[in-house]
Amino acid sequence: MSFFNQVKEYESFDFKAHFDSILPEDVQRTLNRVDTQVRLESYDLLTLLSPAAQPFLEPMAQKAAALTHQHFGRTIGLYAPMYISDFCSNHCTYCGFNCSTDFKRTQLTLDQIEQEARAIFDMGIRHILVLTGEAPAKTPLSYLTAAMGILKKYFSSIALEMFPMDEDAYGKMAAAGADSLTVYQETYDQKIYKEVHPKGKKADYEYRLLTPERGARAGFRAVNIGALFGLGDPGTEAFMAGIHAKYLEQTFPHVEVSLSLPRMTKAEGGIEPKNLLSDKKFVQCMLAWRLFMPRLGINISTRESALFRDRLIHLGATKYSAGSKTDVGGYAVHTKDTTVQFEVTDTRSVAQVSRMIQDSGYQPVFKDWEIF
Amino acid sequence: MTKDLLTLGNKTFSSRLLTGTGKFASKTLIAPMLEASGSEIITVALRRVDPTADQGNILSHIPDSVTLLPNTSGARTADEAVRIARIAREAGCGDFIKIEVITDMQYLMPDNYETLKASRILAKEGFIVLPYVMPDLTITQQLYDAGAAAVMPLGSPIGSNRGLEMKSMIERIIEISKLPVVVDAGIGRPSQAAEAMEMGADAVLVNTAIATSGDPALAGKAFAMAVMAGRMAFCANLAGKNHLAAASSPLTGFLGE
Repeated sequence: MSFFNQVKEYESFDFKAHFDSILPEDVQRTLNRVDTQVRLESYDLLTLLSPAAQPFLEPMAQKAAALTHQHFGRTIGLYAPMYISDFCSNHCTYCGFNCSTDFKRTQLTLDQIEQEARAIFDMGIRHILVLTGEAPAKTPLSYLTAAMGILKKYFSSIALEMFPMDEDAYGKMAAAGADSLTVYQETYDQKIYKEVHPKGKKADYEYRLLTPERGARAGFRAVNIGALFGLGDPGTEAFMAGIHAKYLEQTFPHVEVSLSLPRMTKAEGGIEPKNLLSDKKFVQCMLAWRLFMPRLGINISTRESALFRDRLIHLGATKYSAGSKTDVGGYAVHTKDTTVQFEVTDTRSVAQVSRMIQDSGYQPVFKDWEIF
Repeated sequence: MTKDLLTLGNKTFSSRLLTGTGKFASKTLIAPMLEASGSEIITVALRRVDPTADQGNILSHIPDSVTLLPNTSGARTADEAVRIARIAREAGCGDFIKIEVITDMQYLMPDNYETLKASRILAKEGFIVLPYVMPDLTITQQLYDAGAAAVMPLGSPIGSNRGLEMKSMIERIIEISKLPVVVDAGIGRPSQAAEAMEMGADAVLVNTAIATSGDPALAGKAFAMAVMAGRMAFCANLAGKNHLAAASSPLTGFLGE
C-alpha cells in the first residue's frame, strides 16, 4: 500500500465544507487531547488546520513549543543549499528554472563543486543540501556520484534535492555518500498538478509522490517533503503533506521525517500564485504539524524574511538554512549571468543567523550526523 | 557507612547521576551543570562531535575530571555501533561506550538483539560497555555473559519525561542482575530519579529534563540530591521495600505454640 492509496481516499473529500464545519469546541477537544498526551489522528490535523483554529494560535504555539523542547531540546540545526546545475527539461509553470525560460544554463565541473564546497565549509556549515534541475542527460548518475565523492570530504551530511530517481539510483547515491532526500510534491491536488506540470517527466504525479518511499527503501536515513504553497488550497495541502509525513514515519520507523513550507511570494517563473499563504496561515500549518507529529523535523529556508524566521524559532522549527545562495556557483565560482531559483529574503550570513539563534536562547547545531 | 561507590568497568564513581550533552540551549551551560550536579559521567553523541570546529567542539566544554561516555547514536545495526565505538576510542574519547542501536526514530526504542551483538564484540575489544536496552531479563543475563559493564534499561521512551513506566520490569531486572543497573531515559523529575534509586537501581542517566529546564545547573543539582536521597533510602533498607510488608504485630500469634 503506497501513499497513493491514501491520496485516492481523499479524492472525493470536500475539504472546504469540512474545514467550514469545524467549531471552536472541536478545536478545544483536540487541544485537550494534546494536554492529556493522546496521539492525534488525521481528523485532529484537519481540525487544527481549519479556520476555527485560528483564534487558538497562542495556546497551540505554547503546546508546540513545549513539545519541540521536549523532543529536540533548545537546538536549531543549520544547513546550506548548493546548486550544482540549473539545466532542466521540466515545464513547471511556477519555476525560475523552467525549460522554456530563456537564460544561460550553468553546470559546475567537479573542480568547481570542490571550490563551492570549500567556501561553504569555511562558513562553518557541515550539512549540505545539493540541488539540480531535472536533466539527466546533463547530470548523469556518474556525475552525481562523483560530486558526492567530493562533497563527503567536506560535509558530514549530504542531502539531495534533485529529480526523482528509481530505487536503484538512490541506492547508488547513498553508497556514494548521500544520506538524506528532499522532494516536494509541489501540490497534492492532482488537477492543479497536471495544470502546472503540463508535460515532461515531472507530469507523472504518482511517480513523484512515491519518491520519498523509494528513497527510504534505498537506505536514506532522512526524508524531507512538503508542498509548494501558492498552488493549491493551503489548508488542504498542509493536511495532505501532514498525512504523507505520518505515512512515511509509520512505514519507515527508522527514517527521520521532516516537512518544509516553501511558499511562493510572487510570479517567480511566470504565473501569479493563486493561493498565497499568509504569515498567519503559515504559522498555523507549522503548529498543527507539530501537535500532530511531535518528533517531526520542520525546516525553514531563507525564502522567509529574517524577521519572520527569528520568530519561528519559538514555534516548532528545527532546522534553518543560512547564508544561502540559490544560483549555481553562488558561493565561490561566480559564473556570470546565473539565475536564482528563488529570491533569498533572509540574506544574513551563517554567523549572523547563528548569533540570532543563540540570542533567542537556542543552540545552533552545525553537525548532527556523520556516516561512520 | 563505608564509602558507597559505583563501579563501572575499572573505574569507581561517587556520583550515581549520569548526564548528557544533548538538547542544551547553549554548550556553555554544560560545564556549570556538571559542577552543580557533581555528575562524573556524561554522554556525548559521536555524530555531533566536530573536531574541525574550535569553540563549537562539544568536547571542549567537558572538564577533564569527568568521564566521557560516547554513545553510538545514529547506529541502526551492531556493525555501525561497533564502528562508531572504535572511532570514538581512536578520537581519544576513552574506553567507555554507551551502545545505542535504534531503529525507531519516533520513540527511539533500542534494538536489543543488535545491541547484544555489538556488546559482545566491543567487550572483547576491551571497551567498558554500557548498553541501552528495553527492560528484559534475558538480555540482562546475556549482556552479563557478553562482558558488558552495566545494563541500562529505559524507564520510558527517551525524552518523554514520563518516569518509570517500566517499573515492574526494572524491579525484576534489579533483582536478578549481576551487573550494575543504570536506569536510562524517560526520567523527567527528581522524584522519579529518587524512585528508581529507592528501588535499588545503581545509577540513573538524565539528560532531557536537565538540558531543557530553565536552569540546567539548578536542575542538575536537584537530580543529584534526589539520586542521593534515593540511594540512601535503599541502603538504609527502609521498611516497605517488599511488596508485602510484614505486619508489625504478628497476625497469627494467638495460635500459641
